[in-house]
Amino acid sequence: MIDQNDLRIEMVHLLDENGNGEEETLHSFSDDVLITLYQWMRKARVIDERLLKMQRQGRIGTYAPFSGQEAAQIGSVLALDKDDWLFPSYREMAACLAHGMPLTQIFHYVRGHVLGGKTPAGLNIFPIQIIIGAQTLHATGCAWATKLKGERHVSVCYFGDGATSEGDFHEALNFAAVYQVPVIFFCQNNHYAISVPIQKQTASRTIAQKALAYGMKGVLVDGNDVLAVYQTMKEAVQMAREGKGPVLIEALTYRLGPHTTSDDPTKYRSEEEVERWKRTKDPLHRLRKLLEKRNIWTDTQEEAFVAQVNDEVTKAYEEAASVEAPSLADIFRYVYDEPSPLLYEQQQEVIRRNRVKEGK
Amino acid sequence: MAEMTMIQAIHDAMRQEMERDERVIVLGEDVGKNGGVFRATDGLFEQFGEARVFDTPLAESGIVGTSIGLAVNGFRPVAEIQFLGFVYQAMDQLAAQAARLRFRSAGRFTCPLVVRSPYGGGVRTPELHSDALEGLFAHSLGLKIVMPSNAYDAKGLLISAIRDEDPVLFLEPMKLYRTFRMEVPEEPYEIPLGKARIVKEGEDVTVISWGASVPLVAKVAEEMKEKVDIEVIDLRSLQPLDWDTIYSSVSKTGRVIIVHEAVKTNGFGAEIAALISERALFSLSAPIVRITGYDTPYPVPSVEDDWLPNAARMIEGVQTLMRY
Ligand SMILES: Cc1ncc(C[n+]2csc(CCOP(=O)(O)OP(=O)(O)O)c2C)c(N)n1
Ligand SMILES: [Mg+2]
Repeated sequence: MIDQNDLRIEMVHLLDENGNGEEETLHSFSDDVLITLYQWMRKARVIDERLLKMQRQGRIGTYAPFSGQEAAQIGSVLALDKDDWLFPSYREMAACLAHGMPLTQIFHYVRGHVLGGKTPAGLNIFPIQIIIGAQTLHATGCAWATKLKGERHVSVCYFGDGATSEGDFHEALNFAAVYQVPVIFFCQNNHYAISVPIQKQTASRTIAQKALAYGMKGVLVDGNDVLAVYQTMKEAVQMAREGKGPVLIEALTYRLGPHTTSDDPTKYRSEEEVERWKRTKDPLHRLRKLLEKRNIWTDTQEEAFVAQVNDEVTKAYEEAASVEAPSLADIFRYVYDEPSPLLYEQQQEVIRRNRVKEGK
Repeated sequence: MAEMTMIQAIHDAMRQEMERDERVIVLGEDVGKNGGVFRATDGLFEQFGEARVFDTPLAESGIVGTSIGLAVNGFRPVAEIQFLGFVYQAMDQLAAQAARLRFRSAGRFTCPLVVRSPYGGGVRTPELHSDALEGLFAHSLGLKIVMPSNAYDAKGLLISAIRDEDPVLFLEPMKLYRTFRMEVPEEPYEIPLGKARIVKEGEDVTVISWGASVPLVAKVAEEMKEKVDIEVIDLRSLQPLDWDTIYSSVSKTGRVIIVHEAVKTNGFGAEIAALISERALFSLSAPIVRITGYDTPYPVPSVEDDWLPNAARMIEGVQTLMRY
């Protein structure tokens, strides 16, 4: 009988909580790479905090903050090429931004604008997925197409621990392994699906091990260690590009904020638990320590950088807010290639109503 | 009597049924410790424990499919689908499995289960949280479909649904969860499934509606009452449907408006219009009017209020009919 307790599953881990690690390993990361990773994480954190504040002020709609998960998102997405495909859920604003999504676009989304799902041309980012796990299959199909066409992109699918319970997730892994397609399944195990802890979600010791059941490779990585995530992702991407099949990555992390702005996390987890993660495991903190040891980042730089990001946020918000408010009549254009005659009639009715409303 | 919101009434119904019948269990995503994202199951986990209230894995097909097995084997599951837009994940289990079990076993097996789910627009939710999908299930015969519009009805209908021998889809308009309070008896009571409620009697126009749209319809009827005498019918359940109430009203007024949030094409309003034209065509003095969501997917928050049926569209509909 096979028993999961016989499996040896080690977590990839390069940088400890004080910014220490094996000299040689750390040495393989250039100053440039470290600074880029840090700046993106810091930028993401600032943006997340601003969005949260704006939601509280009623300037944007429901928002799912990602603070605490920056290393998992930034470390993984910066290991990609710009034309690789991304299949994000609502939690992956940081990954989307670092893959090239303009901040104004994020504002369109969180302000509920009709253009919110319209990825700018040239960017291979799928619209943010709300249905848990559904995007795992799309990523698999997209990677399948890449393989059939003999191209070299990879598709990266982001999802949470909860998503691994959906049937779609299992079908996606199975298809991906059967057809050996270049897809990376990147699971951010932040320990909760809204209020449900991971222990109630699965009886598996790890999510990474689920890969074995489908005949693909799986790996568990410290998701708050950006270097470990970056390196693991680089390896997975290379394998996938070389036609060696899909990979499931489980990044162990923690969401420091509420599930969304409508959630009250005190109902299901303790303050101490959150504090512990904040104090000892903040992904920004440990990289910052390393930067300081190398003397490549100062408080002055940090201040200037944060101020610059804050400016960017303000500008992006203003730009998004200055875009013409959408009208209901617009949405009829996106139902079919050509609207049916009856649908066209409905659109005309809406246009007529708008004129009446505006007193024209 | 106590003053209750709809969410409190729903909570009350579940708690009292669990107290009365130990076969009643509650399962779904976040329904336990968290008490549900709308707090519909608040405190049930503490009161009844983890052998009767289950925070399930995140899997709608799993929730409904296992509820069928639980129901066949002696329990009365009350399952929650967190928002109705996620029910697509459970489509096979609901429409092809739960709905057909009695039929395909020639009555040997039944699955007395309730699937509760919030639905309905106007609350600025993210995508796929607001869709009114009752029409999809009205097409799956074997399921009952119940859609309350107020606290009193919600309690009595949910109790009946839990006691019913067939699978019931119980759709709760989330916008109305906390918008108003009304008198609700403290003791348990049943409202039979398949009995409409006449919200307001009238002579000139019949407006037929259910669930989320009822308060809007009632308000407009009240506001127009000096000019037009509108009869408002709240169907309360689509399956079974209370044809008799529709028929007597239509025979009296000869003018019909059907209001629902779901898209127009193949919405349940089409079925009602067809029934009226089959059985009461010569009572009509004007064409039937439908005021519904437009034929698109449910849109983003910035335009949803214009997409939903609203007072302006309803008044226009009434005026059109009164010209006949
Ligand atoms: C199919 C489906 N079911 C339920 C939901 C409601 N819901 C939104 S997020 C969420 C929890 C997701 O948890 P996880 O996959 O761990 O991702 P996280 O939010 O932690 O990033 C649930 C249940 C949904 N959006 N889609
Ligand atoms: Mg999670």
